[in-house]
Amino acid sequence: MRHIISLLMENESGALSRVSGLFSARGYNIESLTVAPTEDASLSRMTIVTSGSDEVIEQIIKQLNKLIDVVRVLDLNDGKYIERELMLVKVKAGDKHRDEMKRISDIFRGRIIDVSDNTFTIELTGSSSKLDAYLESLDGDAIIETVRTGASGIGRGDRILKV
Amino acid sequence: MKSEIITGAEIVIRSLQEEGTEFVFGYPGGAVLNIYDAIFSQTKFKHVLVRHEQAAVHAADAYARATGKVGVALVTSGPGATNAVTGIATAHMDSVPMVIISGQVPTHAIGQDAFQECDTVGITRPCVKHNFLVKDINKIASTIKKAFYIAATGRPGPVLVDIPKDITAESAEFLYPKEIHMRSYNPVTKGHLGQIKKALDILINAKKPVVYSGGGAVLGNASAPLTKLVNLLNFPITSTLMGLGGFPASDEKFLGMLGMHGTYEANMAMQDCDVLLAVGARFDDRVIGNPDHFLSKPKKIIHIDIDPASISKRVQIDIPIVGDVVSILNDLIEVYEEQKNNHDKNQLEPWLKQIKTWKSKNCLAFEDDKKVIKPQRVIQTLHEVTKGDAFITSDVGQHQMWAAQYYPFDKPRRWINSGGLGTMGVGLPYAMGCQLAFPDAQVACVTGEASIQMCIQELSTCKQFHLPVKIVNLNNRYMGMVRQWQEFFYGNRYAESYMDALPDFVKLAESYGHVGFKIEKPEDIKPVLEEAFSPKLKESLVFLDFITDQTENVFPMVPNGKGLSEMILAEDL
Repeated sequence: MRHIISLLMENESGALSRVSGLFSARGYNIESLTVAPTEDASLSRMTIVTSGSDEVIEQIIKQLNKLIDVVRVLDLNDGKYIERELMLVKVKAGDKHRDEMKRISDIFRGRIIDVSDNTFTIELTGSSSKLDAYLESLDGDAIIETVRTGASGIGRGDRILKV
Repeated sequence: MKSEIITGAEIVIRSLQEEGTEFVFGYPGGAVLNIYDAIFSQTKFKHVLVRHEQAAVHAADAYARATGKVGVALVTSGPGATNAVTGIATAHMDSVPMVIISGQVPTHAIGQDAFQECDTVGITRPCVKHNFLVKDINKIASTIKKAFYIAATGRPGPVLVDIPKDITAESAEFLYPKEIHMRSYNPVTKGHLGQIKKALDILINAKKPVVYSGGGAVLGNASAPLTKLVNLLNFPITSTLMGLGGFPASDEKFLGMLGMHGTYEANMAMQDCDVLLAVGARFDDRVIGNPDHFLSKPKKIIHIDIDPASISKRVQIDIPIVGDVVSILNDLIEVYEEQKNNHDKNQLEPWLKQIKTWKSKNCLAFEDDKKVIKPQRVIQTLHEVTKGDAFITSDVGQHQMWAAQYYPFDKPRRWINSGGLGTMGVGLPYAMGCQLAFPDAQVACVTGEASIQMCIQELSTCKQFHLPVKIVNLNNRYMGMVRQWQEFFYGNRYAESYMDALPDFVKLAESYGHVGFKIEKPEDIKPVLEEAFSPKLKESLVFLDFITDQTENVFPMVPNGKGLSEMILAEDL
């Protein structure tokens, strides 16, 4: 099953490679991984999207906790959470497709942030599955380029990951 | 405290001294010359100059295993660090507390492909508990403090501190922190009392129980409470390769080692038990074989371990108890004392009888030979001659298994070998670490003609530091364990497992200024061993080259991937 794991770690050089190294060394999947400093600059927050059986996920959480620089780990799937990912898509938007592209983008609440004679660049935010759905709704030939940030997640309401 | 301005190199040395370091095992080079210069004018610890960085780390590792203190190694940048990697990975796999200081090229040269530069922190990251690159002289002392703290607490392990050359030349104030607090690292100590009570309830109701103790019981200094609890419960106990000595082998409750080359009784009891108490052990592939087969007989498993990640890693655990093994065992003993009237030991009788039957198979029996030396006989005689009270180090292979099987250990920290990584070449440097830590003790390195050649250069270190270790070389002119697998599983195709062009080990030892004996006749085993351990040779390293049976195999054997009860016994062939 797909899990979103959030973690706080010391904002030291090499912190990212400790986590990515752990995943490759133990053969765990990484679907996406995002990292940036938090409002407390001494801490980085990372969101890892992974998949595996319950046993594998349990091991991943334990192994992450075992890393000396990791301060807190939370499996967002243990409760309610919100997930968002940002995608930029460059699509063909010549005379023939221009209106169609605008319409589909509106349906998914995308914003057209760059326009040229033949292309649109669309900014889209949502859960990863929404972004997938948007791409699927396009004619594959129309997609010129995509870039995704990977998912970020946060617990709902009182679920807080903080030091 | 009065402030003191000293160089970065002196800060390194002073920090090591503050930690009570007795020995630094190392090898100089460009990036650590400032540190060596600071060593030159200090007398608080002894520097042991090895002949290869791998041996420095192994020797520091053995010092840690034998004493329980943190071992310290010092190597230079680039090849110094990469040579150390095998030693670091070996210590990491067996959870040995160590601090490795490595030199690095100057900070401004990092990333420039400078002479003797490598990304030491990157290369060692997967095989250390933690590592640091210190880029600020003001952080040297606090980083070394952290390194010792991390290495020795929780599940121990090696910690590497990489120090660029330029900051060892700078000067700064030396202030060694008294204690360290890390918000990201707080190892558990006390076990959960609720879990401990639940565990005890299962233990006193067990009809077919087994205790299975591992390296964690030795590293955690839990021998005394473990022995006490097992005696109170009157349970049979087996041990992993790394756990040997954690419970006295001469006690009749001891079933011997379990696992791939474990005894028949230990493996059968593990497979057949209804309750298993695992103490500082990790259910690895060489210990339980195929996990599905292992669980095919239902059993309740209680697992005591300091590392939460060891719980339910290969086998689902019913009652995990995470914490310091001594504290948990003492709690278990306390709860047992309260409840001992509820423990009906008669219910164990059929099980103990069954175990007796398994024991009577005498699975370690071997046929002595009048003409050819049997390796098992050498180990048994070594046990006899040293009165079972030596530090035994080993390399990796058949000789290691025979040492584990035929040298029963009654004390912890006497059996020093590479269990997890299985590193050939550790034996001699391990013996050096033990002998330095215990200068008056008997130290024997049980090895083979293949393994010993992987760190043979250390004969020179032994000469320089007057280390009178006794090398018991079981020379069968084969990489014995490789040969055994090729015989069993590769149709007797002995690909590259024959050790050709062997040196004359006696002459080799003599060329380093040591004493050497070649022993070819079974009747000479005992007199030669007695001579080697006699007062006459107390000050000498003695290389005992035993020419042994070439085709002897290690039994019992659980073939790779098979279940524990699917052992091949000597009598089956």
